[in-house]
Amino acid sequence: MTEKIRITTPLTEEQARKLKAGDSVLITGTIISARDAAHKTMVEALERGEKLPVDWQNQIVYYLGPTPAKPGNPIGSAGPTTSGRMDAYTPKMLEQGIKGMVGKGSRSKAVVDAMKKHGVVYMAAVGGAAALISKCIKKYEVLAYPELGPEAVAALEVVDFPAIVVIDSEGNSYYEEGQKPYRRL
Amino acid sequence: MRTIEVEQITQAIAKMCMEACYYLPEDVYDALVEGQKTEESPLGKDIIGQIIKNADIARNEDRPICQDTGMTVIFMEIGQDVHFVGGNLEDAVNAGVAKGYTEGYLRKSVVAEPLFNRKNTTNNTPAVLHTCIVPGEKVKIKLAPKGFGSENKSELKMLVPADGVAGVKKVVLDTILHAGENPCPPIVVGVGIGGTMEKAAILSKKALLRHITERNAHPEYAKLEQELLELINKTGIGPQLGGTTTALAVNVEWYPTHIAGLPVSVNISCHATRHAEVEL
Repeated sequence: MTEKIRITTPLTEEQARKLKAGDSVLITGTIISARDAAHKTMVEALERGEKLPVDWQNQIVYYLGPTPAKPGNPIGSAGPTTSGRMDAYTPKMLEQGIKGMVGKGSRSKAVVDAMKKHGVVYMAAVGGAAALISKCIKKYEVLAYPELGPEAVAALEVVDFPAIVVIDSEGNSYYEEGQKPYRRL
Repeated sequence: MRTIEVEQITQAIAKMCMEACYYLPEDVYDALVEGQKTEESPLGKDIIGQIIKNADIARNEDRPICQDTGMTVIFMEIGQDVHFVGGNLEDAVNAGVAKGYTEGYLRKSVVAEPLFNRKNTTNNTPAVLHTCIVPGEKVKIKLAPKGFGSENKSELKMLVPADGVAGVKKVVLDTILHAGENPCPPIVVGVGIGGTMEKAAILSKKALLRHITERNAHPEYAKLEQELLELINKTGIGPQLGGTTTALAVNVEWYPTHIAGLPVSVNISCHATRHAEVEL
């Protein structure tokens, strides 16, 4: 295992551009959750020329819809959802200043092109490790769209949230790199 | 004739929803432990380790294994000598799902209408209920909370007889390659072969509920399961970021079909292949 790189939020473009595909990172600070319905709502608002309820400048978005918190816990289970479903909305969202994305699975060419343009890094958390991941989330606070329930936009206070850079701001993919040596078809 | 209060069904289902979401079945857990031993990629080994640790935390603390606690799929075998009283069976099933998902702090992931409005029903109902009438006076319920990270990557193809075994293998492999790391591997693959279009789909779902160390009773299908597993584990997808443990098992179910057809359905399940079973 390579040395883990600690990053704190907010994440600047300069910091994002330094991260390379394959890097293991630990994120500390505030990250913001949003998934399918929130992305649709936000992009529709932008298309109507409206301002978004959250300032995304230098933020990290986490594609997440958690389970409800049991009494005494800040959040329920909270693993990443499939990022590809957000691809249709992502280029527009990156124009809002997002510098990091956390989810799982590969992204479209349009997303990778937008990442290169805006200097954005895409990181993966382990898919399905939702109970384990929830241990590094200390606070969950809904910021917008509470009516979307688990799909609301929320601020998450995280300490040493583990992720791996899977697509860097130059468009290198660690999914391809990681899987190729074991492809024996 | 045996009389069963539908309230019993509600209570059983509520309990099963919670247990299925918190406790990874032993067969899947053991296969993960075995997979970690044989995985060739060091990072892959580490990821399987995190998945095992996750399952341990979920079991010890009664937490959902995954935040996607799924749409609830239920197979119910009803003895023909059973008489349900005290209400409508389907309502009782949905009352159980609502109770389980609410009291168990599970995520409500169901929208009332799929295309236009997509408003959350806020209690995870309705379930997808498959009933079948069997001899006797017992009721057997199998419940599987199905997450959509893997459900979305499933496929159905209507092959023709000339496509044969090679055609079936190609459909399965293409589906797995297209799914890539998205369905949270190591996966379990359910394959339904034969019947009609909807029969093949249901068979592939049923296949996911079978114990993963149990092979098909028909030797040729058992051999096919083994060959498909070996093929899938050569894709390099591994436990998400590359490796040799892409799938833990391939379960095939089959049914007689039409002289002109060879339907094939591939239903993918993530490493949290959750299911619970009860007999009343």
